[in-house]
Order: sequence, then structure tokens, then C-alpha cells
Amino acid sequence: MSATAETVEQVKSISGEKYKYGFVTDIAADKAPKGLSEDIVRFISAKKGEPEWLLEWRLKAYRRWLEMPEPKWSKVDFPPIDYQQYHYYSAPKSDDDRPKSLDEVDPELLATYEKLGIPIKEQEVLAGVAVDYVFDSVSVATTFKKKLEEVGVIFCPISEALERCPDLVRKYLGTVVPVADNKHACLNSAVFTDGSFVYIPPGVRCPMELSTYFRINEMNTGQFERTLIVADKGSYVSYLEGCTAPMRDENQLHAAVVELVALDDAEIKYSTVQNWYPGDEEGKGGIYNFVTKRGACRGKNSKISWTQVETGSAITWKYPSCILQGDNSVGEFYSIAITNNAQQADTGTKMIHLGKNTTSRIISKGISAGKSDQTYRGLVKISPKAEGARNYTQCDSLLIGDKCGAHTVPYIESKNKNAIVEHEATTSTISEDQLFYLRQRGIPEEAAVALVVNGFCREVMQQLPMEFAVEAQKLVGISLEGSVG
Amino acid sequence: MLEIKDLHATVQGKEILKGVNLTVNPGEVHAIMGPNGSGKSTLSYVLAGRDGYEVTGGRIIYMGEDLTELDPEERAAKGIFLAFQYPVEIPGVPNSTFLNEAVNAVRRYRGEDELDKIQFVKMLRAKTKELNMSDEMLKRAVNVGFSGGEKKRNEVLQMAVLEPKLSILDETDSGLDIDALKIVSEGVNALRSPERSSLVITHYQRLLDYIVPDKVHVLAQGRIQKTGGKELALELEKNGYADFTGEEAA
Repeated sequence: MSATAETVEQVKSISGEKYKYGFVTDIAADKAPKGLSEDIVRFISAKKGEPEWLLEWRLKAYRRWLEMPEPKWSKVDFPPIDYQQYHYYSAPKSDDDRPKSLDEVDPELLATYEKLGIPIKEQEVLAGVAVDYVFDSVSVATTFKKKLEEVGVIFCPISEALERCPDLVRKYLGTVVPVADNKHACLNSAVFTDGSFVYIPPGVRCPMELSTYFRINEMNTGQFERTLIVADKGSYVSYLEGCTAPMRDENQLHAAVVELVALDDAEIKYSTVQNWYPGDEEGKGGIYNFVTKRGACRGKNSKISWTQVETGSAITWKYPSCILQGDNSVGEFYSIAITNNAQQADTGTKMIHLGKNTTSRIISKGISAGKSDQTYRGLVKISPKAEGARNYTQCDSLLIGDKCGAHTVPYIESKNKNAIVEHEATTSTISEDQLFYLRQRGIPEEAAVALVVNGFCREVMQQLPMEFAVEAQKLVGISLEGSVG
Repeated sequence: MLEIKDLHATVQGKEILKGVNLTVNPGEVHAIMGPNGSGKSTLSYVLAGRDGYEVTGGRIIYMGEDLTELDPEERAAKGIFLAFQYPVEIPGVPNSTFLNEAVNAVRRYRGEDELDKIQFVKMLRAKTKELNMSDEMLKRAVNVGFSGGEKKRNEVLQMAVLEPKLSILDETDSGLDIDALKIVSEGVNALRSPERSSLVITHYQRLLDYIVPDKVHVLAQGRIQKTGGKELALELEKNGYADFTGEEAA
């Protein structure tokens, strides 16, 4: 019996009933039919050969999801999502015979990556980055594995981790972002197809930046990655995530979940450059990016640092947060968000201070152009026990043109009298003086805008790893094309 | 080099330049002096092509080409440089990055190869050394937190790096103490050559002790009222501009 046929049998036996859909042909295409139901959840779980507990976990999430309301508090506007119009599982055809090296990877896949400017080989050699590629929800190539294995670092697709170290996954999965945290995270818990798993053993400093490129390619395929990073005592890891997506016509739903756990004296640095298709000038066809990212500084003296450069998506709904449980733990959030044309972004962070002497730092740079609308939404919460907690927040908004919007919504809840919470905010525009000055030196108008904006973002850019910073600076210019003149 | 013929220009609908005529030959330094509100800064902005400064009549011929339809960056690429009276701050952008962008933008426009990082740094170091400037200034954000003198020296550095054919110095002496004035003037003089011309706009004769002009023009009420040699500047210093404004000398 072929692997595909086996899967079909397995699915049938689990669900105990015959599928309404023509699964045989669909499985040949490695794609679940459109729509969401318990059957689909079971199908995904079976397709991935998951243990029973995970299936139960998914089903629990699915049932909660059915009852949960959509989050309505953000300042974004879009028509109701028809969840039944999406496919919740699709994989490249070579899924069953996963390649052991790049030579075995479908050449067409490699060609696509090259079009996107991500030459795999060059990355391997030049950047020294182990890349765990996600192509339509399933990882197809993992590199530099050996070097990581030598120091005991586990970096693999989460589906593989379920085989290699199921106890670790089970111990931490859903402990930072609970199943029913919010509707989008709940959906992810029910239908996540893959993502990355990272475990850094005690005392290990990960020898390279870990990197995953997420892409969305198949027509009408919602993307539901699940990432889990655990830094054990005294370890360090820097993780890079970058996204690009090709042009397309219909809105795509993306609801990823990222969970970070830092134990005693551990540090996790998580950097994102997000450049998903923002849609045309009216926002048509752009990606809906509804992401739940959260880190738990569980151990004392632990540190989690989020850095993000958000330039893409039609709608961004994203609040990478830190729960500062361990005494003396540190949470950081550095953000650049650029919106142009009809893009909408509601983004920010939550810093939850629970432990003593916990500190957090928030630097947010928002750039709005065209007729886009952008909101910084942040929460700094100091619990009664968080003696000596400190927070510093700085939110700067830059407006380009007179049809865009920038909003800053900081929430501060302090229940400890000794806590120090600082908030600074500015709003400015690119002045005609600045543009004329730069143009008089020979710099064309769009390049001048890009230069001013890059300067405005510098504090955050400096937090990015070198190779990411170069890419991000170029992105700033590309994202603002057509915003002046 | 530069030929301005019967130039009329308006700012926000108000006519400021009312028929300016001026010819500058290669290698010459011309001073334009005049009272406040006479149109000196307007003339410099019109030459540089700033938005909002509209040419309503006449022509500006530079190196045989009419400039009026060109964007500021195109004029810059063709070798026109304006040293600003009030240099603008660009927060977060290191001076060296700014200069690198400018040099390569100009080179691209001219169809020349861009300088790579190493070539650029080598060239920049040579310029700062020539002008006796510290490299520390290159790392700081453009004009941010610079003293008045530092800002003006930064303008001279930009000029040295971009090697313009026509430099317009708009009240470069304003806000400078005597030492800074000397340093800036030395910088400007170091760039003098038979192929390059300068237009020095100033209120006071003082600057012209250091940058000695070939010709001095008096701009008042939107027109060149008088042209003479460098002695004209001394005369103005003594008598003021009353002869040209129809007002009593202060």
C-alpha cells in the first residue's frame, strides 16, 4: 500500500465515517478540501502521523474556536472572514520522500527561492545560517543540521520534533499561548500544519543565527505555522524569521503562533522581517497577518528580545509580548512598522511584569504613507509582586503625506507603588526642508525619503543581525515607492 | 558657466525677482550683496530648483543648457551646489552614509560607476584631511547637534566631496565667529580653480576679506542695481544699502 493510500485509510478509521469529499484525488494533490471541520482537523493530524494527545489538543482548540468571538478591539477594518473558503492543508508533492540534501530538492522549488532573492547555497556559505524552509506549511530542506547536532541544539520542523523529542514538545507547547488565548491563536492550535522547533540545551550558546523563511504560495491556502523555541538554563539563541509572498488576487489568512520559553539565565533574540504581499493600491489581494507571538521569561535573569520590521500585509494584527516571570528578567520590543497605500497595521507589545526587578524596554517606530492607517497598541502591566519593576517606552510616528493616520494607544496598569514606568511619544513628518536638502545633493526624491525614514528607524535597525539589517534597509525604500510626488 | 537673463520669480504668488541679469564665467567668484528681503536667498533657491519658487519669466542658462525645467537632483548632478544658510538636520543618518548616497546618486546620473565602500572611504578620508576635519564628524548624524560652525564646515566638506562646477554660498558667514569664518573660507578657497565658479551671497563685506571676489553685485528690490569690483563691497560697508532701497541709511 502506498503511503498516500495508507493515510487515507488512517483518516477514515479515525473519523469513523466516510469523507464527503473526494479525498483520494485530493491527497494525490496533497491538499485538503476547502473548509474547516473536525474532519479536517483529524485529517491534518493523521496526515502528519501525530500522537493521540496532540489530536485531542487540536480538537479541543477547534471546539473552543467555534465558540470564540473575533477580536474587535483593534483599529483595523475588513469584511467578515469566511473560514470555509480556505484550504487548511497543502504540501509540496515530495512530502512523503523528504529530501536529505539540497540535491534532492525539486529544482522548481529552488528556482522559486532564487526569484525571491534567497539563493540557498549562497546563504549556506556566506551567512552561515541553518535554514529551515517552510514551503506552503511543510519544511522541505533543513541545513547545517550536523553543526547544530554537535552542540546538542535541536532545530527542526515541529512535526519532526514530535518524533525526535515528543516529551519536550508536549511539555512546552501551548504553555505560553494557551489554546484559547484568542480566536486566531485558537484556530492555529486546531489546524497548524508545521513550523519550527528549537531547543537549546543548558549552557549552550547556539553557534549560528537560526533562520526560517516562511512563504505563502498556493492559491487560497491559509498559513498556520507554529513555532516553539525553548532556551534551557544559561543558553543563548538568535532566531531570524523573514517572509515574502508573490502577487495574488484574493485575501489570504495567516494566523501563526510563536511561543518562546527562556529558563534561568537564558536569552532569546527573535528578529522578524515581514514583507508579505500588501495587496494592490486599494489593498485588494493582500495578506491578513493575524499573529500571536509571546515569550515567557520563566527563569531568573532571563531575557527575551523581539525585533520586528513590518512592511507587508494588507492587515497586520500583531503584538509580540513578554511575560516577565523570573526575577531580574528583561523584555525588549523593537519595532519598525511601515504602511503605505491602503495597508492597515495595529501592532505593539505587552510587557507583563510579574517577577521582582524586572525591566522592559519598548522602542516603536511607525511610518505611515499613502492613505494607510497605523496604530501602536501597547500594554505595560506591573503586578503587585513586581517590586522594583521598570519600563521605558518610546513611540515615534512619522507621517508621509496628508492622507495617512498614526495612532498611539498605550495602556499602563501599575499595581506596585515602587515601579517606574516611562512613556514618550512623538509624531512628526518628513519636512520639505529635509527633502530639498537631500535632493540638492543629488539624491532623487524617493531615495531621499528612504534615507530620512531609515534614519528615523536607526535605533531599531541596529538591533537587527547584520545581514538582516541590509535587507531591511532596502525594504524601507521598496515599501515607500510611490509615496511621494 | 552661468547666464541669468531677465529672471522673474515668484514665491507664493508674490514676485520677488523682477528681472535679474547676471553672467558668471568659469573660474570667477561673484559676490551678491544686498539688504534683507532683497531676493538673495530666493535667487539661490531658484537656481537650485526648489519647489515653490516659480520662474515666471526669463532664463537660466548653465553650461549652455536651460535649467528651468530640471529637478533639484538633476541640477545637483550637473554640478550645481548650494551651501545652505541653515543646514538641515537629518536625524539617524550618519554623515558618511549621506555623503556616500549623494556621491553615488550623482555618479549614477552621470553614467559613471558607483564607488564601492573602500573607494568611497578612501576618497572621503582624503577630503577630510585636506580640510583639516576630524573623522568623528562623519559618524555623527547629519548636522544633528552640530554647532553653527560645524554645520558650515560640514557644508564645505560636502562641497569638497561633490566637486561642483558652480557653488552658491548662501550667507555662509551668518552665525560664524571669526575663527570659524577663517576655516570655512580656507575650505572654499581651497576649492577654487579655473574650471569652477562661485556665487557668494552675503550681507557683510567681512566674508569677502577671506573669499576675494572678482565681481560684486548689489541685489535690491529684486534686481541687480549695481556691479563693480571688490572695492564695491567696501563702499557698501561704509554707506549701507540706502542708495538702492530708497530708504535712509541706518
